Amino acid sequence: MLYLLVLFLLPFYVILSVTFGTLDPIFQSPVLVWNPLRWDTSILSFTLSNLTHTDGIYYAAFLRTIAYVVGATFVCLVIGYPFAYFLARHAGRAKGLFLALFLAPFWFSYMLRMLAWIGLLQDQGYVNRVLQDVGILGAPYPFLSGKSWVLVTGLVYGYVPYMVLPLYAALDRLPVAQLEAARDLGASPARTFFRVTLPQTRQAILAGVIIAGLPMFGDYYTQQLLANTVGTRMIGNFIIDSLDVPIFVSRGSALILVLMALLIVPIVYYLRSTTRAARERAA
Amino acid sequence: MSVKASTGASRRRLRDLITNPWARPRFLWVIGIAYVAWTLVPVLTAALFSFNSTRSISLWAGFSMRWYMSDPNESVLHDPDLRHAVLQSLKLATGAVLLSVPIGVGFGLALDKWRGRGSGSSNFVMLFSFITPELIIAVSLFLLFVNPFRFVGLGTTAQLLGLVLIAIPYAVIIVRARLLSLGPEYEEAAMDLGASPVQALWRITLPLLAPAIFASAAVIFAFTLDDFVMVKQLAKDGSNETVAMAIYGAARTAPSPAVNAIGTLMLLTSTLVIALAFVVFRRSARRSGTGLGAEREALPV
Repeated sequence: MLYLLVLFLLPFYVILSVTFGTLDPIFQSPVLVWNPLRWDTSILSFTLSNLTHTDGIYYAAFLRTIAYVVGATFVCLVIGYPFAYFLARHAGRAKGLFLALFLAPFWFSYMLRMLAWIGLLQDQGYVNRVLQDVGILGAPYPFLSGKSWVLVTGLVYGYVPYMVLPLYAALDRLPVAQLEAARDLGASPARTFFRVTLPQTRQAILAGVIIAGLPMFGDYYTQQLLANTVGTRMIGNFIIDSLDVPIFVSRGSALILVLMALLIVPIVYYLRSTTRAARERAA
Repeated sequence: MSVKASTGASRRRLRDLITNPWARPRFLWVIGIAYVAWTLVPVLTAALFSFNSTRSISLWAGFSMRWYMSDPNESVLHDPDLRHAVLQSLKLATGAVLLSVPIGVGFGLALDKWRGRGSGSSNFVMLFSFITPELIIAVSLFLLFVNPFRFVGLGTTAQLLGLVLIAIPYAVIIVRARLLSLGPEYEEAAMDLGASPVQALWRITLPLLAPAIFASAAVIFAFTLDDFVMVKQLAKDGSNETVAMAIYGAARTAPSPAVNAIGTLMLLTSTLVIALAFVVFRRSARRSGTGLGAEREALPV
């Protein structure tokens, strides 16, 4: 417990002290200010104004990050739900095999999975060659030249297993008798799904959205690997890059603070609703 | 792509779905197979290209072991940087397992017993750190180790501490799930028969927890083996480079099949560890007569 306190809560205090600290007049490196009464809010307000004004340096990246993450999470759900449904209810005898194949990406290196796509999406890569052979493309399509949709697809590819996992767990728990009862009482398959299955997996959908979506806010490497241009930079890229330049470190920590403030709402909501759901299940 | 190609077919299936309820599993089978193919085929091609005989990772030229051992300079066996990266990854993953599993088990046991004030909030802090984006924790630790905790500094120690911090929740969650499914009965029976609380813990609870401890060790090993954000942020110089960092660096500048080779080797390592853990977990879970079902109930989803 003490360990968690030291290594988890203290860093947040450091973030605060860096953000509200001052710059060393000679080296221009951040000077930490521990005393909250002497905190200087100029850097935070600088960062905030650059986030909220349309011509600010972080404004476009901030909106872009939210759009990418929301889009990618939504696609994860659209792909993940039917697959989890298949895995839980219709895989039959092949269920063990499909489960193992589904779990495999969890222990593949994320970097290797992205590297695989780099190989496939290059100009001479298999994707381009197959599309050209079929006749869909006349010339190689530059997938890796900073396309937003490639980045979003990459994020989906990277994080979709985290969406499937809670959905599968919930769908697998669903009593078959209930579905049969719904059908016996005259509900169509679609009606059964929307009135019985979907409402009971609401908690799992929330879990999937949180577990798959939140890490994307801190993702900067997928952008670097699949779409490395200025036009696709996400907030994570700004945070990471600011650490290389001493005078920007405090801006980076201000961005972390803003990101944290943004994410704390869904995190707390999720944690409270899971504890409530667990208590209801136990009772 | 296969999804795109079968749009017409799936539209027909969609119509079947509405008119004929028996067609439904067939439609879902397509989704199931397409999903598995989509997630696995790229990785398999990456593994395949580690055996390529030329430098390309997208044009196949023929089978060779060049990038594993025959190339005198750039193969995994002969490139000192790549070899060092493998060692650093293994070192960090092993260290993280050895440190975080005992702490996590202790914490899990404590949370199970501790019903009073503070147990809820410490559980909350732990789960909070579990779902906070890793970048936020990594940058915070970076600032912590660079400034006020300068005595730690950056490097292997910092990397290890960071990994332990984010690995602990995994052990806690797995151990607590198992404790919940076991219930307090075994321990109570032992104490009724005259065992002291310490004896009951050592001779009853811990042996019953063995599969969960083993499973968390395997999960943490596989997870820390290819961690990137934390390890990169807390690295000091090239000597702290891990496999994930090497792949990232090479993928951005000059991809070479040697990088695919090193990734494939890591993939085999963690597959082996997980498979071993699964076999042990299953066997001991069967022996103690408890299935996985009850544990899944307790997962935080």
